[in-house]
Amino acid sequence: MAAQSTGRRGKRSSAPSPTGGKDRDFIGSSPVTPYMFMAPYLVLFFAFVLVPAVFGIWMSLHNWDYLLPGKPWVGLENYTDLFTPDSATSGDFWQSMEATGKFTLYSVPFLVVIPLLVALILNQKFPARSFFRAAFFAPYVLGVAVVGILWRFLLDPNVGLVNYYLGLLGVDHNIPWITELPWAWVSLVGMTVWWTLGFNAVIYLAGLQDIDPSLYDAAKVDGANRWQRFVNVTLPGLRPVLLLVITITILASANVFGQPYIVTKGAPANETRVAIMYIAQEGLRNFNMGSAAAMSYVLALALALISILNFVLFRRTED
Amino acid sequence: MAQVAQGGKGRNPRRILSRTVWYLVLVLLTVVFVAPLLWMLSTSFKTRPGATQWPLTWIPREFSTLGYDTIFNTTTQTPVLRWFANSMIAASGHTLIVLVTASLAGYALARMRFPGRNLAFGVIVGTLFIPQFVFLMPNYLIVDYFGWLDTLLAVIVPGAAGAFGVFFLRQFFLSLPKELEEAALIDGANRFQIFLRIVLPLSRPPLATLAVLSFLTNWNDFLWPVYVLISPESQTLPPGLSTLQAAYNTDYPVIMAGGVLASIPVLILFFIAQRYIIEGVSRSGLKG
Repeated sequence: MAAQSTGRRGKRSSAPSPTGGKDRDFIGSSPVTPYMFMAPYLVLFFAFVLVPAVFGIWMSLHNWDYLLPGKPWVGLENYTDLFTPDSATSGDFWQSMEATGKFTLYSVPFLVVIPLLVALILNQKFPARSFFRAAFFAPYVLGVAVVGILWRFLLDPNVGLVNYYLGLLGVDHNIPWITELPWAWVSLVGMTVWWTLGFNAVIYLAGLQDIDPSLYDAAKVDGANRWQRFVNVTLPGLRPVLLLVITITILASANVFGQPYIVTKGAPANETRVAIMYIAQEGLRNFNMGSAAAMSYVLALALALISILNFVLFRRTED
Repeated sequence: MAQVAQGGKGRNPRRILSRTVWYLVLVLLTVVFVAPLLWMLSTSFKTRPGATQWPLTWIPREFSTLGYDTIFNTTTQTPVLRWFANSMIAASGHTLIVLVTASLAGYALARMRFPGRNLAFGVIVGTLFIPQFVFLMPNYLIVDYFGWLDTLLAVIVPGAAGAFGVFFLRQFFLSLPKELEEAALIDGANRFQIFLRIVLPLSRPPLATLAVLSFLTNWNDFLWPVYVLISPESQTLPPGLSTLQAAYNTDYPVIMAGGVLASIPVLILFFIAQRYIIEGVSRSGLKG
């Protein structure tokens, strides 16, 4: 403890305290107290976050077949295989990456724009506002398994409610929501919007409520109409929230698994078999765990690059 | 502000029209969000032929509890009640572990000075940015090493290592005024007594938020339990529903009854703790 207080002197002197500095924190307790507070969490953190983070890289450098006794070192082969056309994994892997990319590309615009519209509606003052907010948010508290089995039923080509109502509206053939493109994508994106819209709307709503009301009054005095107020006050005020929503929505969409796993099961012809579905199947069903670990790092790296790109683009358009 | 805009112009016929259109949009949206859930409930009380008989009806032509009878009485391949109990045990156990470990660690990180604190905090927060799927392969082997595969421990413990709770509670503890803790310290209380008797009682709202979010997350978790819970009797509801769907294929009242059973606890929790959930979500958004 003494060594620590001399070591930290420089820092402490910048935060002087009339009662004798922050060492007072240690009165009545021994120096091990903080570690005892930390210990239960740190045990979990080591076992299930730090160790696997390192161990996963180690695995990806081996031909790590869960069912075989030997796990020979293969260096970067699991990675280079992914970038070698005609290797055992590269074709399927990149097809699954493409499926994830498509889902992300199709779903993010809807999940960014529609919740904003809903948040704008909910930001008005009107009777029963919290009831409507709760109704829009409710699907989000359900799990993807419930959402999946429910929409698999609603979208059933022959007995589903969606085609039933479309029939009443005069659509005279059954739309193959589950088994054919582009309908399978429409289904997966649609149910995801239904499921997670409330989450983004609530984040927008918090952002809208942070905008200074006097800015609207000033704009009104200047004669700005509703649309001009939206463009000149609301959108600039929402900028940081917008970046946040876009970023977390891209990441959430790229993590898609449950909807195609339950609803389309990858059909038609593996077109909707997304990356995590393929990685999990390859690693935890076929037990090519080294290769699957390598794939998960490639996907993670792709997501990191997209997030960084997203921030850079936002920064640039700010000028 | 919006009220000011409406005030005085309320009787303008154009205003009334736009109000009407606006409420119509609201109601339509609400129908879109709520109708699928009502359809699940309605179907769960239909007979098997009634569920798919055209024209489809919202009120079952013939009420039947066959779907529920089926899921409550099967014990071999699709023991749904067992899954329900498993989910309850897993989500409760997980929540308890998160609350205990995250509040202790969050308090130490917020209020105590010790060598390595900044490093520990940096590393813990840093892992928030690692996507979950990266842990899939290594954690499968670690859970296997502990002998937890196909047991509830596999879905209770590893998920509690996530950094969100620690970060969330630390931020809250930092916002508490220090004076009470300092007074107790002078009165001779030790750090643990202060934590237990002063800090935790002051922290009920964030603890409730964290508890509700942890419970929901664990109750709904799908990817991980699908692969670590293998035999029917060890599954939780989400992978179980997928099993149920495969087993009953087009027997929709049975499948929808399973869906209702999995939804009821979280919907009840949502209506009781709505404030905490929505606040938790919007706060997690605002920190960015």
